[in-house]
Amino acid sequence: MDKPSVPASVEAKKTERPTKRSTKRPARWVTRVDDLWHQVFGPLFKGFETFGQILVLTGQAFYWLFRRPFRWREYLVALDFIGVGSLSIIVLVGLFTGAAFSLQVTDTFRTFGMESYIGAMVTLALVRELAPVLTALMVTARAGSAMATELGSMRITEQIDALRTMAVSPVQYLVTPRIVASIIMMPLLTMVFSFAGMVGAYLVAVILLEVDHGLFISETEWMVDTYDIKIGLIKAAIFGWVLSSVGCHQGISAAGGAKGVGLATTRAVVYSSVAVLMLDYFVGDILLIIYESPS
Amino acid sequence: MTATDFTERDERYQIRVRNLHKSFGKHHVLRGIDLDIERHKINIIIGGSGQGKSVLCKHLMGLLKPDEGHIFVDGLDIVPLNEVEMNGVRRKFGMLFQQAALFDSMTVEENVSFPLREHTNLPRNKIQEMVAEKLAILGLHNAEKKMSSELSGGMAKRVGLARAIVLEPEILIYDEPTTGLDPIATKNVDNMIAETAQHLGVTSIVISHDMASTFRIADRIFMLQGGRIVANGTPEEILDTTNEDLRVFVETSGTVKFHGQPSMGGAV
Repeated sequence: MDKPSVPASVEAKKTERPTKRSTKRPARWVTRVDDLWHQVFGPLFKGFETFGQILVLTGQAFYWLFRRPFRWREYLVALDFIGVGSLSIIVLVGLFTGAAFSLQVTDTFRTFGMESYIGAMVTLALVRELAPVLTALMVTARAGSAMATELGSMRITEQIDALRTMAVSPVQYLVTPRIVASIIMMPLLTMVFSFAGMVGAYLVAVILLEVDHGLFISETEWMVDTYDIKIGLIKAAIFGWVLSSVGCHQGISAAGGAKGVGLATTRAVVYSSVAVLMLDYFVGDILLIIYESPS
Repeated sequence: MTATDFTERDERYQIRVRNLHKSFGKHHVLRGIDLDIERHKINIIIGGSGQGKSVLCKHLMGLLKPDEGHIFVDGLDIVPLNEVEMNGVRRKFGMLFQQAALFDSMTVEENVSFPLREHTNLPRNKIQEMVAEKLAILGLHNAEKKMSSELSGGMAKRVGLARAIVLEPEILIYDEPTTGLDPIATKNVDNMIAETAQHLGVTSIVISHDMASTFRIADRIFMLQGGRIVANGTPEEILDTTNEDLRVFVETSGTVKFHGQPSMGGAV
């Protein structure tokens, strides 16, 4: 056995030196003002900080997207979970949204003799607004929350650190596939939602409330343009990015045991839903300016 | 002491840490750590809970970045490296986490083969062979198909170690390997650490507050307190120490007896 260069007792003396940091306290009024400032603006700063972290995470996710190794299996699993897994629920919700919508508007439109526009009206509302927003909310509830929970429990059980110790980037392995899959799957699910909604509207209006089949179809065809569908799909892709990056960010930055994971999941759902509903207005406005309605 | 002294590969010391500082918010956890980890030896870092042992270890693998200071691994300062460059250095390391940190969505075999699948292009049957070999070394036979969530604490740690050694690293870090295990399992884990060190010739770094284990297997003991290394030496030298904090810490465990009388007047 090697003898150490310095015996234990001497080593002990040597390492006991003062730290470099200054311990001088600031004046009392300074701390008061500082506290007040943090109380008033703290939540705002925190919000900006979270937003910034989400942008950074997205940036990292896309940086790693183009680097080896490409783990196709992880992408397939994510696409399957977010897309195929949400399919039945999206069809169901779409069907009933269209049906309820058409049930409510049929009477009103009839009063004004505008029965022929029911199909067009419902379809426009669906493809531009309802389908992307409701799909985003459903996928947030199903997949966004699952991302936060899964990554959160991986964080608190040190599985994410374990990935890093094995020289695997957690962002590349866990976050990139989820964000990419959400951006791809959200527009597809939105299309399914729109179609299911139109079927629901048709069933209620034409079969149940005896609106003319020909008018329903022809007015819809005449009023709805590919441009309307495009707006909806662009929104859906943006919402896909929002819900996945928020879900992954909350999960990957979870702390504090089971409670922390619960909190991360709640936050992921609340933040994503609020962001989706707010962004819906702004993105809608910007897209309207860009595309300027042809009608 | 300047940083340039340590940029050469040193035959005796594999990792050299100098003046390492780390704060979390207002909490100043590491306050100037100086540490030399000996090559091919079992280096044990002891200290109370919340003294920053785990934080120190996470720095050694670049999982955390220090506020100040240097960490030299075979003469390379890892502090300024970015995440991509760091991944190259991490291939030298294996780490066993406190709760094993197995991927709970995978089976034992998938867990152990994970580093191989990520970093090598070996064919599937070769990987299976290597996994079975490592599991057999650690006394885990026919456990390949079990889900990692079905394992007991001791078994999970063995699987965690199998995963850490499957790429044959030069340095193994154990984060409190015996915490939460019964005395028999603790002894098994101790043997596992000692045998792994012997068979593979790795440099082992063990974080522990289990004094019995420490004195059973350590080649060198470091005590971390108040964010500094307050004592270091071989187990015999530690037993000769007059450092009061160290004596109290070790004596309270009741597992080892000091040579000579405890001093009454504090350190030295």
